[in-house]
Amino acid sequence: MLTAHHTQTMNPVKSLKALKHALGDSGYQIQVLNDHDKLGRHLPLFREKIAPFGLFPLKPTQIDIFQVNVGKMCNQVCSHCHVDAGPDRKEIMTQETMQECLDVLRKHKFKTIDLTGGAPEMNNNFRWFIEGIRAIDSEIKIIVRCNLTIILANKNYHDLPEFFKQHRIEVVSSLPFYTASRTDSQRGNGVFEDSIKALQMLNAMGYGQEGSGLTLNLVYNPAGAFLPSGQDGLEKEFKKALKTKYGIHFNSLFCITNIPISRFLDYLLVSGNYGEYMEKLVNAFNPTAASNVMCRNTLSIGWDGFLFDCDFNQMLDLKVLGRSQHLREFDMSELTNRKISINQHCYGCTAGAGSSCGGEVA
Amino acid sequence: MTNYYNSEDLKKFGKIGEFGAKDMAADFFKYYGGVFADGALSGREKALIALAVSHVLKCPYCIDAYTSTTLEKGCSEDEMMEAVHVGAVMAAGVTLVHSTQMINKAKELMM
Ligand code: SF4
Ligand code: SF4
Repeated sequence: MLTAHHTQTMNPVKSLKALKHALGDSGYQIQVLNDHDKLGRHLPLFREKIAPFGLFPLKPTQIDIFQVNVGKMCNQVCSHCHVDAGPDRKEIMTQETMQECLDVLRKHKFKTIDLTGGAPEMNNNFRWFIEGIRAIDSEIKIIVRCNLTIILANKNYHDLPEFFKQHRIEVVSSLPFYTASRTDSQRGNGVFEDSIKALQMLNAMGYGQEGSGLTLNLVYNPAGAFLPSGQDGLEKEFKKALKTKYGIHFNSLFCITNIPISRFLDYLLVSGNYGEYMEKLVNAFNPTAASNVMCRNTLSIGWDGFLFDCDFNQMLDLKVLGRSQHLREFDMSELTNRKISINQHCYGCTAGAGSSCGGEVA
Repeated sequence: MTNYYNSEDLKKFGKIGEFGAKDMAADFFKYYGGVFADGALSGREKALIALAVSHVLKCPYCIDAYTSTTLEKGCSEDEMMEAVHVGAVMAAGVTLVHSTQMINKAKELMM
Protein backbone atom coordinates (compact mmCIF):
# COMPACT_ATOMS: atom_id res chain seq x y z
CA MET A 1 0.00 0.00 0.00
CA LEU A 2 1.24 3.48 -0.77
CA THR A 3 1.14 5.63 2.32
CA ALA A 4 0.98 9.41 2.24
CA HIS A 5 4.66 9.43 3.19
CA HIS A 6 5.61 7.39 0.16
CA THR A 7 3.63 9.46 -2.30
CA GLN A 8 5.14 12.62 -0.92
CA THR A 9 8.68 11.43 -1.31
CA MET A 10 8.36 9.82 -4.71
CA ASN A 11 11.38 10.76 -6.75
CA PRO A 12 11.23 12.97 -9.81
CA VAL A 13 11.91 11.29 -13.14
CA LYS A 14 12.78 14.43 -15.07
CA SER A 15 14.88 17.49 -14.37
CA LEU A 16 13.16 20.78 -13.60
CA LYS A 17 14.64 22.03 -16.85
CA ALA A 18 13.03 19.25 -18.92
CA LEU A 19 9.74 19.86 -17.11
CA LYS A 20 10.06 23.56 -18.06
CA HIS A 21 9.54 24.29 -14.37
CA ALA A 22 9.97 27.93 -13.33
CA LEU A 23 12.80 26.91 -10.97
CA GLY A 24 14.70 25.47 -13.93
CA ASP A 25 15.60 29.11 -14.50
CA SER A 26 18.48 30.36 -12.33
CA GLY A 27 17.32 34.00 -12.40
CA TYR A 28 14.00 32.96 -10.94
CA GLN A 29 15.75 30.98 -8.18
CA ILE A 30 17.67 34.08 -7.12
CA GLN A 31 14.40 36.01 -7.12
CA VAL A 32 12.78 33.39 -4.87
CA LEU A 33 15.78 33.48 -2.51
CA ASN A 34 15.08 37.16 -1.95
CA ASP A 35 11.30 37.03 -1.87
CA HIS A 36 10.02 38.00 1.58
CA ASP A 37 6.47 36.98 0.73
CA LYS A 38 7.53 33.45 -0.20
CA LEU A 39 9.72 33.34 2.91
CA GLY A 40 6.93 34.67 5.10
CA ARG A 41 9.51 36.63 7.07
CA HIS A 42 12.24 39.21 6.69
CA LEU A 43 15.73 37.72 6.82
CA PRO A 44 18.99 39.68 6.91
CA LEU A 45 21.04 39.78 3.72
CA PHE A 46 24.02 37.41 3.75
CA ARG A 47 26.20 40.36 2.89
CA GLU A 48 25.05 42.21 6.03
CA LYS A 49 25.61 39.13 8.15
CA ILE A 50 29.27 38.66 7.13
CA ALA A 51 30.23 42.34 7.02
CA PRO A 52 30.77 42.76 10.81
CA PHE A 53 33.39 39.99 10.64
CA GLY A 54 35.41 41.75 7.97
CA LEU A 55 34.32 39.22 5.35
CA PHE A 56 32.61 41.59 2.94
CA PRO A 57 33.56 41.73 0.15
CA LEU A 58 34.28 38.02 0.38
CA LYS A 59 37.61 37.19 -1.25
CA PRO A 60 39.64 34.05 -1.87
CA THR A 61 42.52 33.16 0.42
CA GLN A 62 44.40 30.97 -2.05
CA ILE A 63 43.05 28.81 -4.87
CA ASP A 64 43.98 25.24 -3.98
CA ILE A 65 41.13 23.23 -5.44
CA PHE A 66 40.29 23.05 -9.12
CA GLN A 67 36.78 21.61 -9.27
CA VAL A 68 35.51 20.59 -12.67
CA ASN A 69 31.89 19.85 -13.39
CA VAL A 70 32.18 17.65 -16.47
CA GLY A 71 28.46 17.64 -17.19
CA LYS A 72 24.93 17.57 -15.86
CA MET A 73 23.99 14.17 -17.20
CA CYS A 74 23.30 11.60 -14.49
CA ASN A 75 21.77 8.14 -14.20
CA GLN A 76 19.88 9.32 -11.11
CA VAL A 77 17.36 12.12 -10.52
CA CYS A 78 17.76 12.79 -6.80
CA SER A 79 15.07 14.94 -5.26
CA HIS A 80 17.55 17.27 -3.55
CA CYS A 81 20.00 17.68 -6.46
CA HIS A 82 21.42 21.19 -6.72
CA VAL A 83 22.62 20.50 -10.26
CA ASP A 84 19.13 19.52 -11.46
CA ALA A 85 20.98 16.61 -13.04
CA GLY A 86 19.41 13.65 -14.77
CA PRO A 87 19.44 11.46 -17.87
CA ASP A 88 17.72 14.24 -19.81
CA ARG A 89 20.49 16.82 -19.29
CA LYS A 90 22.68 17.20 -22.34
CA GLU A 91 25.22 19.74 -21.04
CA ILE A 92 28.45 17.75 -21.20
CA MET A 93 32.02 19.01 -21.24
CA THR A 94 33.70 18.43 -24.60
CA GLN A 95 37.19 17.03 -25.03
CA GLU A 96 38.25 20.44 -26.29
CA THR A 97 37.19 22.11 -23.03
CA MET A 98 38.89 19.34 -21.07
CA GLN A 99 42.02 20.12 -23.03
CA GLU A 100 41.65 23.75 -21.93
CA CYS A 101 41.50 22.51 -18.33
CA LEU A 102 44.68 20.54 -18.90
CA ASP A 103 46.34 23.63 -20.37
CA VAL A 104 45.56 25.52 -17.15
CA LEU A 105 46.76 22.60 -15.02
CA ARG A 106 50.04 22.53 -16.90
CA LYS A 107 50.63 26.20 -16.08
CA HIS A 108 49.33 26.45 -12.51
CA LYS A 109 49.81 24.40 -9.39
CA PHE A 110 46.77 23.24 -7.41
CA LYS A 111 46.56 20.86 -4.47
CA THR A 112 43.44 19.03 -5.58
CA ILE A 113 41.50 18.32 -8.74
CA ASP A 114 37.91 17.57 -7.89
CA LEU A 115 35.71 16.02 -10.60
CA THR A 116 31.98 16.24 -10.28
CA GLY A 117 28.78 16.25 -12.34
CA GLY A 118 26.06 14.85 -12.83
CA ALA A 119 27.67 11.46 -12.91
CA PRO A 120 31.13 12.46 -14.14
CA GLU A 121 31.78 8.95 -15.41
CA MET A 122 29.01 9.40 -18.03
CA ASN A 123 31.16 11.88 -19.91
CA ASN A 124 32.69 9.83 -22.73
CA ASN A 125 36.04 11.51 -22.24
CA PHE A 126 36.14 11.02 -18.48
CA ARG A 127 38.93 8.43 -18.51
CA TRP A 128 40.90 10.32 -21.12
CA PHE A 129 40.70 13.42 -18.92
CA ILE A 130 41.96 11.63 -15.81
CA GLU A 131 44.81 10.06 -17.75
CA GLY A 132 45.66 13.55 -19.03
CA ILE A 133 45.72 14.99 -15.51
CA ARG A 134 47.91 12.13 -14.26
CA ALA A 135 50.30 12.66 -17.18
CA ILE A 136 50.79 16.25 -16.04
CA ASP A 137 51.04 15.50 -12.35
CA SER A 138 51.48 11.98 -11.04
CA GLU A 139 51.08 13.03 -7.40
CA ILE A 140 48.25 15.53 -7.31
CA LYS A 141 45.15 14.51 -5.38
CA ILE A 142 42.30 13.70 -7.76
CA ILE A 143 38.82 13.35 -6.33
CA VAL A 144 35.93 11.80 -8.21
CA ARG A 145 32.45 12.38 -6.85
CA CYS A 146 30.98 9.03 -7.75
CA ASN A 147 27.28 8.41 -7.09
CA LEU A 148 27.98 4.65 -6.63
CA THR A 149 25.01 3.36 -8.66
CA ILE A 150 26.76 4.33 -11.89
CA ILE A 151 29.22 1.49 -11.27
CA LEU A 152 26.35 -0.99 -11.60
CA ALA A 153 24.33 0.94 -14.18
CA ASN A 154 25.94 -0.64 -17.24
CA LYS A 155 28.68 -3.20 -17.78
CA ASN A 156 30.93 -0.53 -19.28
CA TYR A 157 31.18 0.95 -15.80
CA HIS A 158 31.77 -2.25 -13.82
CA ASP A 159 35.55 -1.77 -13.99
CA LEU A 160 35.45 1.77 -12.58
CA PRO A 161 36.79 0.67 -9.16
CA GLU A 162 39.82 -0.78 -10.94
CA PHE A 163 40.30 2.36 -13.02
CA PHE A 164 40.04 4.51 -9.88
CA LYS A 165 42.64 2.35 -8.15
CA GLN A 166 44.99 2.47 -11.09
CA HIS A 167 45.02 6.29 -11.00
CA ARG A 168 44.92 6.56 -7.19
CA ILE A 169 41.66 8.47 -7.29
CA GLU A 170 40.05 9.50 -4.04
CA VAL A 171 36.43 8.42 -4.23
CA VAL A 172 33.78 10.56 -2.55
CA SER A 173 30.29 9.12 -2.62
CA SER A 174 26.89 10.18 -1.43
CA LEU A 175 25.03 7.90 0.91
CA PRO A 176 22.43 10.06 2.61
CA PHE A 177 21.73 7.47 5.26
CA TYR A 178 22.61 3.99 6.44
CA THR A 179 19.05 2.78 6.00
CA ALA A 180 17.33 2.06 2.69
CA SER A 181 14.16 4.06 3.33
CA ARG A 182 15.84 7.38 3.97
CA THR A 183 18.37 6.93 1.16
CA ASP A 184 15.77 5.90 -1.40
CA SER A 185 13.39 8.72 -0.46
CA GLN A 186 16.06 11.17 -1.56
CA ARG A 187 17.86 9.31 -4.33
CA GLY A 188 15.26 6.96 -5.81
CA ASN A 189 13.99 3.44 -5.29
CA GLY A 190 16.64 0.77 -5.14
CA VAL A 191 19.50 3.26 -4.87
CA PHE A 192 20.47 2.09 -1.39
CA GLU A 193 20.78 -1.54 -2.44
CA ASP A 194 22.90 -0.69 -5.50
CA SER A 195 25.00 1.74 -3.47
CA ILE A 196 25.78 -1.02 -0.97
CA LYS A 197 26.84 -3.36 -3.79
CA ALA A 198 29.05 -0.64 -5.29
CA LEU A 199 30.64 0.08 -1.91
CA GLN A 200 31.39 -3.62 -1.53
CA MET A 201 33.05 -3.60 -4.98
CA LEU A 202 35.16 -0.59 -3.97
CA ASN A 203 36.08 -2.29 -0.69
CA ALA A 204 37.08 -5.43 -2.60
CA MET A 205 39.47 -3.27 -4.65
CA GLY A 206 41.03 -2.05 -1.40
CA TYR A 207 39.13 1.23 -1.12
CA GLY A 208 38.39 2.28 2.46
CA GLN A 209 40.59 -0.52 3.80
CA GLU A 210 43.26 0.33 6.31
CA GLY A 211 46.77 0.57 4.90
CA SER A 212 45.65 0.46 1.23
CA GLY A 213 46.19 4.19 0.69
CA LEU A 214 42.94 4.16 -1.29
CA THR A 215 40.52 6.66 0.20
CA LEU A 216 36.77 6.20 0.15
CA ASN A 217 34.82 8.99 1.82
CA LEU A 218 31.08 9.17 2.17
CA VAL A 219 28.83 12.19 2.08
CA TYR A 220 25.84 12.52 4.36
CA ASN A 221 23.20 15.11 3.71
CA PRO A 222 19.87 15.35 5.48
CA ALA A 223 16.90 13.73 3.73
CA GLY A 224 14.59 16.65 4.43
CA ALA A 225 14.28 20.16 5.77
CA PHE A 226 16.63 19.79 8.70
CA LEU A 227 20.30 20.56 9.25
CA PRO A 228 23.14 18.11 9.77
CA SER A 229 24.73 18.05 13.19
CA GLY A 230 27.79 16.37 14.62
CA GLN A 231 29.94 14.96 11.82
CA ASP A 232 32.04 12.84 14.19
CA GLY A 233 29.04 11.28 15.92
CA LEU A 234 27.36 10.50 12.62
CA GLU A 235 30.54 9.01 11.22
CA LYS A 236 30.60 6.58 14.15
CA GLU A 237 26.97 5.61 13.59
CA PHE A 238 27.53 5.14 9.85
CA LYS A 239 30.65 3.07 10.43
CA LYS A 240 28.95 0.86 12.98
CA ALA A 241 25.81 0.33 10.91
CA LEU A 242 27.56 -0.26 7.57
CA LYS A 243 30.15 -2.59 9.06
CA THR A 244 27.80 -4.77 11.08
CA LYS A 245 25.08 -5.02 8.47
CA TYR A 246 27.02 -5.07 5.22
CA GLY A 247 30.70 -5.51 6.11
CA ILE A 248 31.48 -2.12 4.52
CA HIS A 249 34.45 0.05 5.48
CA PHE A 250 35.09 3.67 4.58
CA ASN A 251 37.44 6.46 5.68
CA SER A 252 35.56 9.62 6.61
CA LEU A 253 32.03 10.90 6.57
CA PHE A 254 31.47 14.44 5.29
CA CYS A 255 28.31 16.17 6.52
CA ILE A 256 26.86 18.53 3.96
CA THR A 257 23.99 20.96 4.43
CA ASN A 258 21.43 21.05 1.63
CA ILE A 259 21.77 24.38 -0.16
CA PRO A 260 18.41 25.99 -0.93
CA ILE A 261 18.66 26.05 -4.71
CA SER A 262 17.32 24.04 -7.64
CA ARG A 263 15.45 20.82 -6.76
CA PHE A 264 15.98 21.22 -3.02
CA LEU A 265 14.50 24.71 -3.25
CA ASP A 266 11.56 23.21 -5.12
CA TYR A 267 11.14 20.62 -2.37
CA LEU A 268 11.24 23.34 0.31
CA LEU A 269 8.57 25.37 -1.47
CA VAL A 270 6.28 22.45 -2.24
CA SER A 271 6.54 20.97 1.27
CA GLY A 272 5.89 24.33 2.95
CA ASN A 273 9.28 24.27 4.69
CA TYR A 274 10.94 27.12 2.81
CA GLY A 275 10.68 30.01 5.30
CA GLU A 276 11.41 27.83 8.33
CA TYR A 277 14.45 26.25 6.68
CA MET A 278 15.95 29.59 5.67
CA GLU A 279 15.35 30.92 9.17
CA LYS A 280 17.10 27.87 10.64
CA LEU A 281 20.10 28.52 8.37
CA VAL A 282 20.24 32.19 9.34
CA ASN A 283 19.90 31.46 13.06
CA ALA A 284 22.68 28.88 12.85
CA PHE A 285 25.06 31.37 11.14
CA ASN A 286 28.58 30.74 12.38
CA PRO A 287 31.28 33.34 11.63
CA THR A 288 34.06 30.74 11.83
CA ALA A 289 32.32 28.68 9.17
CA ALA A 290 31.86 31.88 7.14
CA SER A 291 35.57 32.60 7.15
CA ASN A 292 36.27 29.05 5.93
CA VAL A 293 33.70 28.78 3.13
CA MET A 294 35.02 26.66 0.28
CA CYS A 295 34.76 29.37 -2.39
CA ARG A 296 37.77 30.94 -0.68
CA ASN A 297 40.04 28.10 -1.79
CA THR A 298 38.13 26.54 -4.68
CA LEU A 299 37.50 27.45 -8.28
CA SER A 300 34.62 25.75 -10.04
CA ILE A 301 34.73 25.07 -13.79
CA GLY A 302 31.51 24.64 -15.72
CA TRP A 303 30.88 22.13 -18.53
CA ASP A 304 31.33 24.94 -21.07
CA GLY A 305 34.60 26.20 -19.59
CA PHE A 306 33.23 29.16 -17.67
CA LEU A 307 34.58 29.84 -14.18
CA PHE A 308 32.54 30.07 -11.00
CA ASP A 309 33.11 30.61 -7.27
CA CYS A 310 31.56 27.25 -6.42
CA ASP A 311 29.34 24.55 -7.89
CA PHE A 312 26.27 26.28 -6.38
CA ASN A 313 27.03 29.59 -8.05
CA GLN A 314 27.64 27.61 -11.22
CA MET A 315 24.11 26.24 -11.08
CA LEU A 316 22.79 29.76 -10.44
CA ASP A 317 24.77 31.02 -13.48
CA LEU A 318 26.68 33.46 -11.27
CA LYS A 319 30.03 33.59 -13.11
CA VAL A 320 33.14 34.83 -11.33
CA LEU A 321 33.37 38.59 -11.29
CA GLY A 322 36.14 40.24 -13.27
CA ARG A 323 37.80 39.74 -16.62
CA SER A 324 38.94 36.14 -16.20
CA GLN A 325 35.64 34.36 -16.72
CA HIS A 326 36.62 31.44 -18.93
CA LEU A 327 39.39 28.82 -19.02
CA ARG A 328 40.72 30.56 -22.13
CA GLU A 329 41.20 33.79 -20.15
CA PHE A 330 42.54 32.09 -17.03
CA ASP A 331 44.45 34.67 -14.98
CA MET A 332 45.48 33.37 -11.59
CA SER A 333 46.27 36.71 -9.97
CA GLU A 334 43.05 38.29 -11.21
CA LEU A 335 41.09 35.28 -9.91
CA THR A 336 42.83 35.24 -6.54
CA ASN A 337 41.95 38.89 -6.03
CA ARG A 338 38.37 38.72 -7.25
CA LYS A 339 35.28 39.41 -5.19
CA ILE A 340 33.14 36.32 -4.66
CA SER A 341 29.49 36.53 -5.74
CA ILE A 342 27.29 35.94 -2.76
CA ASN A 343 23.57 35.70 -2.26
CA GLN A 344 21.07 34.28 0.22
CA HIS A 345 21.86 30.61 -0.65
CA CYS A 346 25.30 31.18 0.93
CA TYR A 347 23.66 30.78 4.36
CA GLY A 348 23.75 27.05 3.58
CA CYS A 349 27.55 27.08 3.83
CA THR A 350 27.74 28.94 7.13
CA ALA A 351 25.18 27.18 9.34
CA GLY A 352 26.39 25.36 12.43
CA ALA A 353 29.71 23.69 11.80
CA GLY A 354 29.53 24.90 8.19
CA SER A 355 29.36 22.92 5.00
CA SER A 356 31.62 22.39 2.01
CA CYS A 357 32.35 19.64 -0.50
CA GLY A 358 34.64 18.26 2.21
CA GLY A 359 32.06 18.45 4.99
CA GLU A 360 32.24 20.64 8.10
CA VAL A 361 34.57 23.63 8.07
CA ALA A 362 34.35 24.94 11.64
CA MET B 1 -5.70 34.21 23.07
CA THR B 2 -7.08 32.20 20.20
CA ASN B 3 -4.86 29.16 20.68
CA TYR B 4 -3.30 27.62 23.75
CA TYR B 5 -0.49 26.08 21.71
CA ASN B 6 1.28 27.89 18.90
CA SER B 7 4.40 26.47 17.23
CA GLU B 8 5.82 29.99 16.85
CA ASP B 9 5.98 30.20 20.64
CA LEU B 10 8.74 27.60 20.75
CA LYS B 11 11.13 30.24 19.35
CA LYS B 12 10.28 32.51 22.31
CA PHE B 13 11.30 29.93 24.90
CA GLY B 14 14.86 31.17 25.12
CA LYS B 15 13.59 34.66 25.94
CA ILE B 16 11.38 33.89 28.95
CA GLY B 17 13.93 35.65 31.17
CA GLU B 18 13.09 38.96 29.48
CA PHE B 19 9.65 38.86 31.12
CA GLY B 20 10.93 38.29 34.63
CA ALA B 21 13.13 36.18 36.92
CA LYS B 22 16.05 36.71 34.58
CA ASP B 23 18.64 34.92 36.73
CA MET B 24 16.47 31.86 37.21
CA ALA B 25 15.97 31.60 33.45
CA ALA B 26 19.71 31.98 32.92
CA ASP B 27 20.41 29.26 35.51
CA PHE B 28 17.92 26.96 33.84
CA PHE B 29 19.33 27.43 30.34
CA LYS B 30 22.86 26.91 31.58
CA TYR B 31 21.77 23.66 33.23
CA TYR B 32 19.85 22.71 30.08
CA GLY B 33 22.88 23.26 27.87
CA GLY B 34 25.14 21.32 30.20
CA VAL B 35 22.79 18.35 30.44
CA PHE B 36 22.48 17.98 26.65
CA ALA B 37 26.20 18.27 25.92
CA ASP B 38 28.14 15.11 25.05
CA GLY B 39 29.10 13.39 28.29
CA ALA B 40 28.97 9.82 29.55
CA LEU B 41 25.96 9.66 27.24
CA SER B 42 26.30 11.13 23.77
CA GLY B 43 24.21 14.11 22.70
CA ARG B 44 22.50 11.70 20.33
CA GLU B 45 21.48 9.30 23.10
CA LYS B 46 20.27 12.20 25.23
CA ALA B 47 18.18 13.51 22.36
CA LEU B 48 16.45 10.12 22.06
CA ILE B 49 15.73 10.12 25.81
CA ALA B 50 14.35 13.66 25.51
CA LEU B 51 12.16 12.55 22.61
CA ALA B 52 10.68 9.77 24.76
CA VAL B 53 10.15 12.12 27.72
CA SER B 54 8.49 14.70 25.43
CA HIS B 55 5.88 12.12 24.55
CA VAL B 56 5.30 10.89 28.08
CA LEU B 57 4.86 14.47 29.28
CA LYS B 58 2.88 15.17 26.09
CA CYS B 59 4.59 18.46 25.29
CA PRO B 60 4.06 19.52 21.66
CA TYR B 61 6.92 22.03 21.86
CA CYS B 62 9.35 19.35 22.99
CA ILE B 63 8.07 16.84 20.43
CA ASP B 64 8.69 19.44 17.71
CA ALA B 65 12.14 20.29 19.05
CA TYR B 66 13.37 16.74 19.67
CA THR B 67 12.02 15.37 16.43
CA SER B 68 14.26 17.91 14.70
CA THR B 69 17.19 17.21 17.02
CA THR B 70 17.03 13.43 16.62
CA LEU B 71 16.80 13.79 12.83
CA GLU B 72 19.74 16.20 12.89
CA LYS B 73 21.72 13.74 15.00
CA GLY B 74 21.07 11.08 12.37
CA CYS B 75 18.68 8.89 14.33
CA SER B 76 16.73 6.45 12.21
CA GLU B 77 12.95 6.15 12.14
CA ASP B 78 13.25 2.88 14.09
CA GLU B 79 15.38 4.50 16.79
CA MET B 80 12.95 7.39 17.16
CA MET B 81 9.91 5.15 17.28
CA GLU B 82 11.56 2.71 19.70
CA ALA B 83 12.34 5.63 22.03
CA VAL B 84 8.66 6.60 22.00
CA HIS B 85 7.71 2.97 22.67
CA VAL B 86 10.01 2.97 25.70
CA GLY B 87 8.11 6.02 26.98
CA ALA B 88 4.75 4.43 26.15
CA VAL B 89 5.53 1.11 27.77
CA MET B 90 6.86 2.88 30.87
CA ALA B 91 3.66 4.91 31.10
CA ALA B 92 1.60 1.73 30.66
CA GLY B 93 3.75 -0.14 33.18
CA VAL B 94 3.49 2.67 35.69
CA THR B 95 -0.29 2.50 35.37
CA LEU B 96 -0.40 -1.28 35.55
CA VAL B 97 2.02 -1.64 38.46
CA HIS B 98 -0.41 0.46 40.49
CA SER B 99 -2.95 -2.30 40.01
CA THR B 100 -1.04 -4.09 42.76
CA GLN B 101 -2.44 -1.45 45.13
CA MET B 102 -5.91 -1.99 43.77
CA ILE B 103 -5.43 -5.72 44.24
CA ASN B 104 -4.14 -5.23 47.82
CA LYS B 105 -7.07 -3.00 48.66
CA ALA B 106 -9.57 -5.27 47.00
CA LYS B 107 -8.22 -8.26 48.90
CA GLU B 108 -8.53 -6.29 52.10
CA LEU B 109 -12.18 -5.58 51.36
CA MET B 110 -13.28 -8.77 49.71
CA MET B 111 -14.35 -11.91 51.50
S1 SF4 C 1 22.68 14.42 -6.50
FE1 SF4 C 1 24.35 13.51 -7.67
S2 SF4 C 1 23.62 11.45 -8.15
FE2 SF4 C 1 21.84 12.65 -7.56
S3 SF4 C 1 20.98 13.47 -9.47
FE3 SF4 C 1 22.38 15.01 -8.62
S4 SF4 C 1 24.32 14.61 -9.62
FE4 SF4 C 1 23.07 12.77 -9.87
S1 SF4 D 1 27.35 29.15 -1.81
FE1 SF4 D 1 29.28 29.27 -2.90
S2 SF4 D 1 29.75 31.46 -2.92
FE2 SF4 D 1 28.22 31.14 -1.32
S3 SF4 D 1 29.42 30.84 0.53
FE3 SF4 D 1 28.96 28.81 -0.30
S4 SF4 D 1 30.76 28.34 -1.52
FE4 SF4 D 1 30.79 30.56 -1.16
